[in-house]
Amino acid sequence: MWNYNQKVMDHFLNPRNVGEIEKPDAEAEVGNMSCGDALKLFLKLDDQERIAEAKFKTFGCASAIASSSALTELIKGMTLDEAAKVTNKDIVALLGELPEEKMHCSVMGMEALQAAIANYQGTAATGNDDDHEGRIVCHCFGVTDAKIRKIAKENKLRKAEDVRNYSKAGGGCGCCLDQIQEILDGLWKETDSAPLASASKTEAGGGMSFVQKVLKIQEIVEKEIRPLLEKDGGNIELVDVQGNVVQVRLKGRCAMCHASSVTLENTVQARLREYVSQDIVVKNVR
Amino acid sequence: MQNKRVIYVDNNATTAVAPEVFEAMKPFFCDLYGNPSSIHSFGGQVAAHIEKARGQLAALLGAEPTEIIFTSCGTESDNAAIMNALHLCTKKRKIVISKVEHPAILNLGKELERRGYQVVLLPVDTKGRLDMERLEELVDDETAIVSVMWANNETGNIYPVERIAEIAHRHGALFHTDAVQAVGKIPMKLAEKHIDMLSLSGHKLHAPKGVGALYVKRGIRFRPYIIGGHQERGRRAGTENVPGIVALGKAAEIALAGLEEEITRLSMMRDHLERKIMAAIPSVRINGDTESRLPNTTNISFEYIEGESILMLLDEHGICASSGSACTTGSLEPSHVLRSMGVPYTAAHGAIRFSLSRSNTMEEMDFIFEKLPPVISRLRAISPYWGK
Repeated sequence: MWNYNQKVMDHFLNPRNVGEIEKPDAEAEVGNMSCGDALKLFLKLDDQERIAEAKFKTFGCASAIASSSALTELIKGMTLDEAAKVTNKDIVALLGELPEEKMHCSVMGMEALQAAIANYQGTAATGNDDDHEGRIVCHCFGVTDAKIRKIAKENKLRKAEDVRNYSKAGGGCGCCLDQIQEILDGLWKETDSAPLASASKTEAGGGMSFVQKVLKIQEIVEKEIRPLLEKDGGNIELVDVQGNVVQVRLKGRCAMCHASSVTLENTVQARLREYVSQDIVVKNVR
Repeated sequence: MQNKRVIYVDNNATTAVAPEVFEAMKPFFCDLYGNPSSIHSFGGQVAAHIEKARGQLAALLGAEPTEIIFTSCGTESDNAAIMNALHLCTKKRKIVISKVEHPAILNLGKELERRGYQVVLLPVDTKGRLDMERLEELVDDETAIVSVMWANNETGNIYPVERIAEIAHRHGALFHTDAVQAVGKIPMKLAEKHIDMLSLSGHKLHAPKGVGALYVKRGIRFRPYIIGGHQERGRRAGTENVPGIVALGKAAEIALAGLEEEITRLSMMRDHLERKIMAAIPSVRINGDTESRLPNTTNISFEYIEGESILMLLDEHGICASSGSACTTGSLEPSHVLRSMGVPYTAAHGAIRFSLSRSNTMEEMDFIFEKLPPVISRLRAISPYWGK
């Protein structure tokens, strides 16, 4: 069902560092049996506060065991500061990849590490804060809105299903999925409307002449957008460009589809904003 | 997976097509491929083979051939049966089903709720047995249909469908049973029973995937679910899956011939495996009603460890089983059947189902028993909850 890669299978079949430490310098337990995932992490530090030894015990699936094994390999030799910066993405990187639905196993690894460090330092874990702060959105798995926002930001998640894969929220009764999507839409609206910090595909719009802009729009419509719509029996025609307003005509199946406004925004407008200019607004003309 | 040898003990998920069944199907692909509805004899002759298969299946069920409608699968039969009941009794808007039904019934129930019907779920006890008193209370004159499976796919529990049918009829409700797991494993004798509709699926009894049937008792009207041409006497449109139907007929014939013997043989193997596991491995529990169970199924929980990892380690030895753990259900919750039974979380995530069939041997049971304890110990050594 999951088609695990070789590295994941290796860490599952031959997990490194299984066990407990008698008198650990740092330890933490995350998850529980009702969730179906639990991880107990033990750390021993040397004189320079580097992680000399790391051991774990895990209750969970192959991904959970593999993620825990990978985590302990990753952090051995790190200082606490370095370890504090480890994210679930580093764990996944060591394993190559994990199935989307199993990403929450890597998140559990990160949370155990953060909790262990916080317990050692006597501070409240940043991870644990999010678990207790905020309002519970997913009642089946006890996930708060703060945690959802954090995971979404860190992993650039835009869809509720992705959040479910990384945190289990929405994976029980599913009632909160709409709420999760709202949180994500709100989160990315704020972030998207902020000026771009790094160079992206859009050349900040103002760098092109008007003719260059129109040619680029035409190119994107033809090469990027039309093929997508054609797959579903739809089509699109570029009608006019006036300033930042791009007029198109949706055709074929798209013309009569109830979800055409979604297509307009998520496919057409999103792509033009990505490739041409963030200021573009797309309108459909009949 | 490198191992060539496969010990397949997941027969409630699907079965291998029996060699005789495969042989029976072969002519209908490239030789007798005509459309049974055609006027020319090349096509028309195929119709006789469909009717033969109908007779074979009817014999297994202890029913009349005219009571059999061929479908594409058990799920289609389930959908058709429930929708039929609702069409027949348009004034009645209530459906009563058990909490441990297959998703084909449960999710249909959820959809019907969205459409304004009332769906009532019957609880089960810790052994997965139906609360018959609750059933008496919940079925009333508003109930269009009661649907309870004959046997549960996860635990193997067999439900008292005759009694339930009788309760349903007392209130003027129809009774349907999803018998997908029961057909071919236990005797049916439907002529003697008061079951109105029954679903079955080919690939659970050594016929191929893609064919099933719906039994509709003589006298019960049936409004077609799949609408179109006049096949199946106007009851189920669509050009017949001839090879599949022929296969289902042959598989039914084989099942009937060996039924009593298989029941004995399978129970013996299953009990042998179960006893050895219970004796050798600590902290295990059987999930289900050992007094009323399919002969081929055992659902065992290994506490403090998780199902997917057990299955993956068994898979390394070529052993194919399944689990009710959250990681294997496709959702993030453990199986709804185990949860309905109130199986504690210490055990629900570590539940493994072994389901046998005619191709399994005692030697295979011993092989499983040899490989299983080290798998369990290995995972318990990794678990934070073991050894406390």
